[in-house]
Amino acid sequence: MSMQLAEYLDPATLTQIPTRDGFGQGLVEAARRDPNVVAVCADLVESTRMQPFRDAFPERFIEIGVQEQLLVSMSAGLAMAGKVPFVASYAMFCPGRAWEQIRTNMCLNETNVKVAGAHAGVSVGPDGATHQAIEDIAIMRPIPRLTIVVPCDSIQTKKATLAVAAMHGPVYLRFAREKSPVITTEATPFEIGKAQIYREGADVAIIACGIVVYDALVAAERLAREDGLECLVLNNHTIKPMDSAAVIAAARTCGAVVTVEEHQVQGGMGSRVAEILVAEHPVPMEFVGVDDRFGQSGTPAELLVHYGMSADHIRAAALRAAGRKAASAH
Amino acid sequence: MTTTQDSLTELKLHANAIRRGIIESLVAAGSGHSAGSLDMTEVFTALYFAVMRHDPKNPDWDDRDRLLLSAGHICPVRYSAMAEAGYFPREELLTLRKFGTRLQGHPERVLLPGAESTSGPLGEGLAQSGGLALAAKLDAKDWRVYCVVSDAEEQCGLHWEAMLFAAKFELDNLCCIVDRNFIQIDGSTESVMPLEPLRGKYEAFNWHVIDCDGHDFAALLAAFAEARATKGKPTVILANTMPGKGVAFMENDFLWHGKPPNRAQADEALAQLAAERATLETVR
Repeated sequence: MSMQLAEYLDPATLTQIPTRDGFGQGLVEAARRDPNVVAVCADLVESTRMQPFRDAFPERFIEIGVQEQLLVSMSAGLAMAGKVPFVASYAMFCPGRAWEQIRTNMCLNETNVKVAGAHAGVSVGPDGATHQAIEDIAIMRPIPRLTIVVPCDSIQTKKATLAVAAMHGPVYLRFAREKSPVITTEATPFEIGKAQIYREGADVAIIACGIVVYDALVAAERLAREDGLECLVLNNHTIKPMDSAAVIAAARTCGAVVTVEEHQVQGGMGSRVAEILVAEHPVPMEFVGVDDRFGQSGTPAELLVHYGMSADHIRAAALRAAGRKAASAH
Repeated sequence: MTTTQDSLTELKLHANAIRRGIIESLVAAGSGHSAGSLDMTEVFTALYFAVMRHDPKNPDWDDRDRLLLSAGHICPVRYSAMAEAGYFPREELLTLRKFGTRLQGHPERVLLPGAESTSGPLGEGLAQSGGLALAAKLDAKDWRVYCVVSDAEEQCGLHWEAMLFAAKFELDNLCCIVDRNFIQIDGSTESVMPLEPLRGKYEAFNWHVIDCDGHDFAALLAAFAEARATKGKPTVILANTMPGKGVAFMENDFLWHGKPPNRAQADEALAQLAAERATLETVR
């Protein structure tokens, strides 16, 4: 299937829009489609891009102040009465502070609550380590009944917002603060649980999620141009339930895998890929992500480089994976 | 329901049956919480048999009043009250806490229709109740939300978040009932982490507060009527209770907070309850 991506990866020609903007647009559209959609805000209406919803549907906008545990538990109550609550905060605070409420009130209780974690990753930038959620996927992954989606750009975040509104069940939707390249188009398909091949190749499979899918594509271009390696790039946007078939197929095709995410390596998307591949099709594998450290203040670009998630780091990881593949073939 | 002597006797007979169900289920389970289950018996009896709009044969009825048990550990009283009301056969009480049961050690909404919410981790029920009550307001529905909490739950931060929330949204369709028995696992609430003045705390949070004898049906029915009549703010009923109420050797002993009777103790308790029932039936 054609992914109908943006034609050029040149950051000079790509539009740059924050993924959170896609959430804000998707939320308004979801509310237009379903009168039961409500938005619950914990004193971050502008940051989480809930203000278009507040303007369009003031009677369905619920402001609760700085109360992240209440955000989840109260919304579980709304959902038990048939509402479809979208709750938003910084990912650091929700899910960060509200984990047990998410596990018990939202997931064990099987309620139709959608948690939107904004400002995820080190790319939050100057706010520093306290506000940089890079452990959230790890704490959410093991919770049964939960769906976890990490879209790659603003257009995909809008589609993901609409998709999670339309499905029944608890969801964690993760997105970022900063502007990032828009690599998909309105025509690019999106389906929860269906990973997408954004670039064909047979040397190394680069499996990525979130805004660093773009960096994976840039790295793949350089690997082709400068290293003679054709890399498959898989946008693995649904962390749970993960598209195991697509992950295994990518590993079979390429015989080496690199995972890329703006998150701790421990417990992240790559960990799940490793669990799948160790059981089904073990291949040399490298992990691009944060290596057991906290973040710090800086520009998003500085931090992505410092913590090892730039296109250069992805390229180096792909070369290591390819080298290990070649070594194991001898 | 009018509070005639006849109707009060009927409620006492229901309470007696519910207490027997609590003892029978706990001794069969071999673990569980006795004291709070017993002391909330009159509250649950009043709610299921005099206060709430509900239909045991249609537990998912959209317009039912909702009863959330935040203190999930005292679920034996809820299960026993539900069985007495006809939600499921009384024999099922003997499956409490056993493998494969719908009557989990702490209640699960997904398994048991009418349980309304999954609970156990403390301090979370009022928040969920607030969400339900707000949803009713948004949809202009007249069903009400009742939430039973233990007193020690008021040591949880989330409960206070929910108190702020309910006051902001003027949730007068929400009624919280506090099992004020002054006990928790490690001893008296006032030595573990003092809650007094509890009334003053709720008043400061802009709630309507009713103090009430939690074992007096006439007082409880009056309190629930006052809660229903109170507009513009949520109501809390501070139900003053005696832990272990109704079984003499358990009364006022915090050691019964988290343990069940053994067979001999259960037999003694059931004998007391049988005698009480016989007395009630003579005045019927």
